[in-house]
Amino acid sequence: MSEAQNLDNKNQLDTATEAGISRLTPEKIKKVVDCVIKRETGVRFETYMQTCIHCGLCSEACHFYLSHDNDPHYSPAGKIKQTIWELIKRKGNVDRDFIRRAVRIAHTECNLCKRCALYCPFGIDIAYMMLVMRRILHKLAVTPLYIQDTAHSHSVTMNQMWVKGDEWVDTVQWQEEEAQDEIYNLRIPLEKHGSEIMYSVIAPEPKFQAQLIYQAAIIMNTAGIDWTMPAGVGWDNSDMAMYTGDNEIMGRVKRAHFEAASRLKVKKIVMGECGHAYRSVADMGNRWLGWSMPPVPVVHAIEFYYDLLKSGKIKIAKKYEKPVTLHDPCNVVRGAGLHEKARYVANQLCDKVVEMIPNREHNYCCGAGGGVINCGPAFKLSRTEGNSVKAEQLFNAKSRGAMTLIAPCHNCHSGLHDIVHHYEVGLELKFFSDIIYECMEKPEDK
Amino acid sequence: MNVIYQFVAGPLAWAAFILFLSGIFLRMIQLFVKVNQPEKFLLHYFSLRYGLRSIIRWLTPFATTNWRKHPVFTVVTFIFHGCLLITPVFLSGHVVLIDEAWSLSWWTLPDGLADLMTLIVIGSCVFFGIRRIVRPEVRFVTDASDFILLVIVAAPFITGFLAYNQWFGATWMTIAHMLSGQILLAAIPFTRLNHIILFFFSRAYMGSEFGKVRHARDW
Amino acid sequence: MTDKSAWDWDKGDKTIDTTGWSAQYKWVEELHAAPDGQTLAAVVNVDQGEFTVCVNATSWEKTFDKIWHLRFLNDGRLTALVSAMGQWTVAVDGSCWDNTFGFVWNPLFSNNGKHIAVAVQRDMRYCMALNDESWKTDFANMTYFALSPDGSKTAACVQVKDADSGQIQKFQKGTFTAAIDGKPWEQTFVNVWHLAISPDNRHLAAEVRLNLYDYTIAVDAKPWEQIYQSVWEPVFHPADGSVTAPVKSDGKWHMARDGKIIWNRGFVQLWRQRFSPDGSKLAAIVAPKFGRWTVAVDQELWAVSAKQMVTDLAFSPDSSKIAALFKSGGYWKIAVDGDLWSRKFDRVFTPVFSSDGRSLAAKVETKGKYTLVVNGKLWQQSCDMIWDPVFSPDGDKILIRFMKDGIYHRRIELTSNISG
Repeated sequence: MSEAQNLDNKNQLDTATEAGISRLTPEKIKKVVDCVIKRETGVRFETYMQTCIHCGLCSEACHFYLSHDNDPHYSPAGKIKQTIWELIKRKGNVDRDFIRRAVRIAHTECNLCKRCALYCPFGIDIAYMMLVMRRILHKLAVTPLYIQDTAHSHSVTMNQMWVKGDEWVDTVQWQEEEAQDEIYNLRIPLEKHGSEIMYSVIAPEPKFQAQLIYQAAIIMNTAGIDWTMPAGVGWDNSDMAMYTGDNEIMGRVKRAHFEAASRLKVKKIVMGECGHAYRSVADMGNRWLGWSMPPVPVVHAIEFYYDLLKSGKIKIAKKYEKPVTLHDPCNVVRGAGLHEKARYVANQLCDKVVEMIPNREHNYCCGAGGGVINCGPAFKLSRTEGNSVKAEQLFNAKSRGAMTLIAPCHNCHSGLHDIVHHYEVGLELKFFSDIIYECMEKPEDK
Repeated sequence: MNVIYQFVAGPLAWAAFILFLSGIFLRMIQLFVKVNQPEKFLLHYFSLRYGLRSIIRWLTPFATTNWRKHPVFTVVTFIFHGCLLITPVFLSGHVVLIDEAWSLSWWTLPDGLADLMTLIVIGSCVFFGIRRIVRPEVRFVTDASDFILLVIVAAPFITGFLAYNQWFGATWMTIAHMLSGQILLAAIPFTRLNHIILFFFSRAYMGSEFGKVRHARDW
Repeated sequence: MTDKSAWDWDKGDKTIDTTGWSAQYKWVEELHAAPDGQTLAAVVNVDQGEFTVCVNATSWEKTFDKIWHLRFLNDGRLTALVSAMGQWTVAVDGSCWDNTFGFVWNPLFSNNGKHIAVAVQRDMRYCMALNDESWKTDFANMTYFALSPDGSKTAACVQVKDADSGQIQKFQKGTFTAAIDGKPWEQTFVNVWHLAISPDNRHLAAEVRLNLYDYTIAVDAKPWEQIYQSVWEPVFHPADGSVTAPVKSDGKWHMARDGKIIWNRGFVQLWRQRFSPDGSKLAAIVAPKFGRWTVAVDQELWAVSAKQMVTDLAFSPDSSKIAALFKSGGYWKIAVDGDLWSRKFDRVFTPVFSSDGRSLAAKVETKGKYTLVVNGKLWQQSCDMIWDPVFSPDGDKILIRFMKDGIYHRRIELTSNISG
């Protein structure tokens, strides 16, 4: 315990979270803990609590543990011990220092990547336990500033980045216009009722990475897809409220997304290269709303590109020459089993694919997902230093020839970007869509 | 001493079995009654196929990545659990008692092998105990209860071994053996030893989630 | 609604050939058919960055830098959002509003088609504009827009206190409220969503979040006394002024009216509640258990259910019938008054009742081809494209607007010819 306290003294949280912690009283903490544990958890939580035999076998699953020289404070069970176990043992009678440490552990030292679920002999879902902790922290109003602000944005605008209604449509139309320089009759149809596909993105695309919308438009138009994008709320499929434990807002945002698809009467939703959004749409958000599976089928970009390439709707003019290595994002590989399709896409697009080791379900997390990167710059260093094992994995792929790193997920992309720079790995980062756009056959201009 | 022996071999044994069985029964009832509260989806995703896939995979030595990563631990774990479950059931001494009481009998282990298996269980408990102290990642998540559980598990085997081999007052040792065995049985439903039952549920749930919903392997 | 009796209801087929349109323009966007079926329109590109609207093969006189959201109003007028010289406005039948804006979006139309409201941005401030008239006040941010059913009032959720992104404490004190005709409520909330204007135009209701955790319904700025774990959009009763909304408490969704729970059971999900036009019945889409969806009418569940979703819950205009779309196993079916029609489709679009409730028709899709289903029977034509069917005022005839091989057809059929 004393080690943990030392760790904490070195690490203050951001001022807004500290302000939240300073408002806590022992009574308030106990009340919230009791309320969440009694009313919101059930058999699953109890079984996990009773089943864990404290074997420590989950440890090597975690990139934080591996990156901190096997410091047990960072092992999955070790993190649960410092948070949930202690809370239950002490029946919620914990102090502010405990909560401060819990914020740091639950929000910045666990990516909820579920790799540990593959290592626990009992199949204990440690990420779920961590989400229970985050739910408690949400109810205590001590969620880290940046991600809390993001949850506020979701609550107001139904998107992640405070993008206003006019800004969204304006950006899409701007990208349409830009892309018309390349394909004269290219369209990004807004609000086209009865289209086959609704294409949804995450708010960082219109905000910072509008070229991804441009590329998607080129791909859609070349492949002759009957598609649309919503002009109103629901265009953003992301959901950081899912990661702050604000389940009510998570559900509200997901409802907006599915209702946009339902309103437009599309057959399916295709989403861009984002992992957590897939988790929120096809796993957590739908469940909160009572939909056992997404009511409108959700197709992740990897699967969509796979279909386009397999059916010949997209043809590759010249394969990407530089050797690539492929990062398997947790939410669409451990979360959706898209690893083989991702390999098919990579092999169709590129001359040479160098496998990372480990890979597929066992790939190391990017360190950014699970809302960790969204906790803001204050935690950037601990995030990158907490994932040196990823850098080693990347260096290894590079030593076997890889020059480009494909990360088909926004969070992974940003997290790997930080790792590549921090450790000077020297790999060029790409989305699949970057390479498809670069290598595909495009229609001749009129 | 005879009175004590009779008491331990009679009412107390019944009490232990009743506690063991009713404890497990009650746990199961509790599990199924509460399964939909408040998480209404748990049963919804249950899949026999994927549940069994996961259980069988994890009950096969070296069939999962993590078993392969820890060969020594894996060997000890599987042999330990095998010996733990097989030895008491097929021990000739136990079968004789049951035969005398209910005229029921079955194949028994050769005594030498039973002795060896008993020593393996005891040795494994020592291994697990040392592992808890030596390995930092295990030590960190270990508390006193983990050692107590190891003692509870090892005690019937230690006392049984001593009683059989007639070391230190055999009758007293037999009483101690029965008592410790009863404590172990009774403790299973009420301590984390119930992982022997809950394993199948947590594994089946995770197996179902990974197989049916996530289309990925959970090993 | 508009008076349909003046339309041409003589049985027969009129056509418009669109095959020449693509030669006339660089490209032709989605086709839109007028409610009475007499006109066909599309946004068309004339030259690089130059657009107009083609109506029955004739272009609007004006061209624009950009045109989107082309829609026919219920009164037959054709409207679109248009931009010229970097300014946006609303065009109706080719004529623009006098006012121009930095941006316009989210157009709302009154039932009779006479009134058009849009969300507008001018100099990065936001307000609504109704029939070319903007609110007197504008706001830093604006979300969730509403137009009263008669088209006379507009409302929106607006931000009245400044809070930059990152100022979470300030935000949590409440910076949003609702405004009707530009007049904001005095009380602020953390969030305001989904506005409803009462049929008499005198009241405004909304979902509100009081802090990060407590939700309720506010009517004219006054929150209900009860707080909930969550709420969904409120609706006004057609006659008595009461407000009804789904609310979540103890982990279940309940139907509440004016703060009191009125249905005696809770649901895994409950939303899209609708009053019958006469106000006598209340129906909603519900999930009685996880992954199981159906319709509840005055808290009684239909016997049929869907595994995937239920949508498009609607009463017939005479309040006698209720229809909804049920999706299971990737297929859609139509349910009426608790019975599922046997046919299943890849897609079913919003069903349409005849005014007397006797007939129900919907556009359906099977394997990429479209047709109509009328009272459970298929219209024996397979089309490349079809619009929602329209019943004659007496319900005896049905107006079918469809495309086949590049030819647009306006056909009047006897309802009985299809439904038998």
